[in-house]
Amino acid sequence: MAKQYETVIGLEVHVELSTKTKIFCGCAATFGEEPNTHTCPVCTGMPGALPVLNKKVVEYAMKLGIAANCQINRYSRFDRKNYFYPDNPQNYQISQLYLPICHDGWLDIETASGNKKIRIHEMHMEEDAGKLIHDEWEDCSLVDYNRSGVPLIEIVSEPDMRTAEEVIAYLEKLKMICQYLGVSDCKLQEGSMRADVNLSVREVGSETMGTRTEMKNLNSFKAITHAIEGERARQIELLEEGRQVIQETRRWDDNKESSYSMRSKEDAKDYRYFPDPDLMPVVISEGWIEDIKKQQPEFAPEKAKRFQQEYGLPQYDASILTQSRRMADIFEETAGLCGQPKKVSNWMMGETMRILKEKGMDPEELSFTPSHLADLILALERKEINQQGAKQVFEQIMENDVEPISYMKEKGLMMVSDDGAISRAVEEVMAENPETVEDYRGGKEKVLGFLVGQVMKKMKGKADPGKVNALLREKL
Amino acid sequence: MSRKIDDATMDNVEILAKLALSDEERERAREEMEKILSYVEKINELDTDRTEPLVHILESGNVFREDEVTNGSGKEESLANAPRKKDGQYMVPKTV
Repeated sequence: MAKQYETVIGLEVHVELSTKTKIFCGCAATFGEEPNTHTCPVCTGMPGALPVLNKKVVEYAMKLGIAANCQINRYSRFDRKNYFYPDNPQNYQISQLYLPICHDGWLDIETASGNKKIRIHEMHMEEDAGKLIHDEWEDCSLVDYNRSGVPLIEIVSEPDMRTAEEVIAYLEKLKMICQYLGVSDCKLQEGSMRADVNLSVREVGSETMGTRTEMKNLNSFKAITHAIEGERARQIELLEEGRQVIQETRRWDDNKESSYSMRSKEDAKDYRYFPDPDLMPVVISEGWIEDIKKQQPEFAPEKAKRFQQEYGLPQYDASILTQSRRMADIFEETAGLCGQPKKVSNWMMGETMRILKEKGMDPEELSFTPSHLADLILALERKEINQQGAKQVFEQIMENDVEPISYMKEKGLMMVSDDGAISRAVEEVMAENPETVEDYRGGKEKVLGFLVGQVMKKMKGKADPGKVNALLREKL
Repeated sequence: MSRKIDDATMDNVEILAKLALSDEERERAREEMEKILSYVEKINELDTDRTEPLVHILESGNVFREDEVTNGSGKEESLANAPRKKDGQYMVPKTV
């Protein structure tokens, strides 16, 4: 019988924090600016420049640590990780090795095979490196240090995951928590969330770990899934051939759907870590931890429960709406304004999700004003617009955040409530279709639908079908 | 001299430090490093079993700045000493 293998996966996830400034200097940490505009002597590693820690970074790390059930180190310190590469102007990265800010936590994940606890080894604060691009023309590299010194939190899991599905569930959970806390927007494509996958295989039942490899450059959930499947197969093939897995870093190429060796993995000792003497230790009091705990938001599970109780939403709706804090907030504000939670939920889960998916957007990017959706729902309720028109208006709310009532007026989407206008249309239709009218009067009630349709057509759909129906019956 | 640094260690240190030393420089570096090692070995003679590890030389902690932007564009100043530049970026030998 062929051997059965088990995949063992641990993750190192970097999230870029959404602070206004960098971790050790007062340069803006914004993404996508002109190269090297957000630089100073500190983040370009000039001799003698002194780093000063951004307090917000410590608070964000504490928030994330507490949310992931971690212990917070009362005493924490920064260390220098030494390596030479042009993206790193100091020739060392300021990170935390010996006393990271958070340790020993866990996250619950949910997959088709049930719930599972994934342990977190530690979380630490560090600085990001600059960006290198290759210049084909000059055959050299160009360096932009705008990203140098942008704050990161690295979250190191224990090797508790066994499948790609568990890895994705863990990342989704981490992303949701970061977004609820507002500490990071966690966009894999833009690099504000990066996952390195440590993977090894072993025979089922074995207690010892196989030799692991680390895979980098995974910038979508799809790439992560493919890379895990590919690396599992590659390692099993080596073992089946009686060869050995070499501990190394491999880079995933999403276009070729395969990985290649980058370098044999440095030992921690090769980085010659040592305490950074320029930075003072971080001392965290009980009082500070309590303050942070008090500020923690209501997370998805509690929010979903409350939505069911407070707004009478089905469990399904509540769990979908709370997958994103932005979505949940918009739902809640809109429901408060129009008093129709289930209708708001239907708009969020139906049209909103459809349009987001169509545009490849994240629910966190929703930016319309809740009162605009509330006004649209109320206009529907007052029958000032029909369902089809409302969808059209909603697309504009999503796209340009238009004010629905004035948009409806401007585009002639308002329903005609003027009985006179409907009456005139009814009379015209009756005059144009004398035979049908006779049929109806002779007892063929089924033709009423046809006549209603004709009136609606004349009114260009902008009349309440109920009202048309009533007026027709009256006149017939 | 209590200990001799072997050639393999010297090779590795050169790689990590990205240095290519001449034979002469290499011998001088070896001697200096051996001196440093014997100094550290002297410290190792002390009994530190009952000494709390030192986190930092200074007693205080928590030196922070608020998360406010205080720096404007540093582009010109940052690039002023760059030996080679292009399109507002540092130009360096090809990587990867």
